[in-house]
Amino acid sequence: MTLQANHISKSFDKHKALDDVTIQVPEQSIFGLLGPNGAGKTTLIRIINMIAVKDQGEILLNGKPMQPSDASQIGYLPEERGLYKKMKVGEQAVYLARLKGMSKHDATVKLKHWFGKFEMDSWWNRKVEELSKGMQQKVQFIVTVLHQPKLLIFDEPFSGFDPINVNLLKAEIINLKNEGSTIIFSTHNMASVEEICDQITLIHQSKNILSGEINDIKQRYKTQTYEVEYRSSKALMLPEGLCHIISTQPKNNHLVTHVKLLDNATSNLLLQHLIQQAEILKFQEVLPSLNDIFIREVSPK
Amino acid sequence: MNKILLIIQREYLTRVKKKSFIVMTIVGPVLMAAMIILPVFLASWSEATEKRIAVLDETGWFFEKFQDEDNIKFYHVFEGLEEEKNQALNVKGDLLLYIPLPELNIPVNAELFSSKQPGLNVTSYIKSIMKQTVENKKLLASGIDPEIIKSAKVDINLVSIKVDEGGIEKKSNTEVEVGLSIFAGIMIYFFIFMFGAQVLKGVIEEKSNRIVEVIISSVKPFQLMMGKIVGIALVGLTQFMLWIVLTLIIVGIVQVMFISGDSSTLEMMGTQSAMMGHVNDGGSQMNPMMMITETLGSVNFMVMTLSFIFYFLGGYLLYASLFAAIGGAVDNDADTQQFMLPVSIPLILAVAMSGVIINQPDSSLAFWMSMIPFTSPITMMMRIPFGVPVWEILLSMGLLVAGFIFSTWVAGKIYKTGILMYGKKISYGVIWKWLTAR
Repeated sequence: MTLQANHISKSFDKHKALDDVTIQVPEQSIFGLLGPNGAGKTTLIRIINMIAVKDQGEILLNGKPMQPSDASQIGYLPEERGLYKKMKVGEQAVYLARLKGMSKHDATVKLKHWFGKFEMDSWWNRKVEELSKGMQQKVQFIVTVLHQPKLLIFDEPFSGFDPINVNLLKAEIINLKNEGSTIIFSTHNMASVEEICDQITLIHQSKNILSGEINDIKQRYKTQTYEVEYRSSKALMLPEGLCHIISTQPKNNHLVTHVKLLDNATSNLLLQHLIQQAEILKFQEVLPSLNDIFIREVSPK
Repeated sequence: MNKILLIIQREYLTRVKKKSFIVMTIVGPVLMAAMIILPVFLASWSEATEKRIAVLDETGWFFEKFQDEDNIKFYHVFEGLEEEKNQALNVKGDLLLYIPLPELNIPVNAELFSSKQPGLNVTSYIKSIMKQTVENKKLLASGIDPEIIKSAKVDINLVSIKVDEGGIEKKSNTEVEVGLSIFAGIMIYFFIFMFGAQVLKGVIEEKSNRIVEVIISSVKPFQLMMGKIVGIALVGLTQFMLWIVLTLIIVGIVQVMFISGDSSTLEMMGTQSAMMGHVNDGGSQMNPMMMITETLGSVNFMVMTLSFIFYFLGGYLLYASLFAAIGGAVDNDADTQQFMLPVSIPLILAVAMSGVIINQPDSSLAFWMSMIPFTSPITMMMRIPFGVPVWEILLSMGLLVAGFIFSTWVAGKIYKTGILMYGKKISYGVIWKWLTAR
């Protein structure tokens, strides 16, 4: 399922929460929705979920305007999570699944399967309030994906999990993608974005300021910086007009130097100079991390 | 729709399975049954133990005046006070009535010594005998034959008779109606608040633990709100029905088990009050218990029960929707209080005015309060035992239905916007904006 949100705008009183935001989520991909706190991510997600009403714009699912009946095709894990504290885990999961349109029998069978997969069979008859926060979030994750929605929306899915469970969830999310789901994934955690997302959009101050495939974006933001690891007794001497050295640090028995090429220079030219001066162990272009890009775009200029 | 049924089912089942519900369901009927049974039980209990009273009469006025009752026996003693006190209380376990020589001519003081509480019927019996004796002596002293006075005494027994439209007459007794009226009004008030508060609590729970976001993505906010309101209404009805059924069962069982033989509860109560009537020298008064049952018969119980259910549901729907709107709008307890107060004022007012309503059930104040939907459930229930024209009841019911449809519509709008709004200071201005917004 593809999702397109075209020119979405939304205002609360005088505050413009979303200003002409467009995102395109291709079929069977993981799409990262990034942005600082208060940028408008949650509002956009709520509009896609039909919880909030947009002022302007259109939402297309597979090219057709979204209908209220499409709600059963969407699974949504909100950032602020909650379950009925006094209800039993299994009972509650069945209830939420049935609200999504599953039959009682189907829901029970599938839930048992997932509970088995996550090794939480024994939780079925326990009250939610007896579980730890992380355990509750696991239950909620299962409830979100249980009805096999074509479109999954996760708002900060990893917050509150230990590293083992984060990996478990990551694997499941990639699994769901491979089984055909389209996934929108909102987070501040750039490392996980780099790991699992195919495409991202960065929303800042209610506007879409950056979209595209992760590699394209990195290419766009690269700074002609190279990392050189070499064996040599003295520091490198490189011509002034070619580049300048950012830093040099020892590493084990070698040295590591970061070099920024000036305009018109090429990496081959740099290499020719380097080969004459030292034994090169490694030569690699340094691409900016998403974290760097995020900070660069978002921090006040 | 299917989903709203699911919500109703969950709201209903989770509440009915709660311990507090089960406890309330058991404690309620036990208390109500106790209110019915206890007086009878106590009466039969005290009847069983006979009281013997030693009379030490220094005046000699009361010799042979105290006649034995079923469970009160008198005998005269003549020694000194201390000896007789010891003898009666400690040796025989009886009571001692001491009538000392008066400072003036007329004995008006007496002392009753007992090791246990003597009981109201004993003291009032002694008092009435003494009063009668002294009065008779004084009359004789003035040269008047007590028999003349006795024959001149009359007892006025006022029976008010209600004539309904068909001209059928029914005896009625205001005291019984007042009791029923207050009971019905208070019950409505109690039910509306108890179950309305559950709606409020449920909405706040969903909002504060954010599960509402998950649910709203699969059902409409209005469905969630109505599902909750209807589910809790069913819980209320279930509780009400269980109370009635269980109360009857408990009363029935106790009657069979403890109150022996062929004497039914009502007969027991009848004899008990007949005894009191005799003590008070009531003469030819109608048996009060019979009066109560006869008056109860004049109140149409079918009408009472059906209108109770109707006004409970109507009043509940009206207030529960407003409570749901409050729960949806607010974020914290302080704000809840701010909005709860103005909403509950009409209810409290209706109860506070109950005295005025009961005194004059046909006044225009009573009429208007039983028409306005915010007060009508309580006020109308208070008026019904006194008899209300059918058109008034129907009009009031119609207005109540219109009232709760309107309040549900208003609440739906507030709830829809408020339920996903966090961290915003809610004022009446803001709510007005939500209401008028498209």
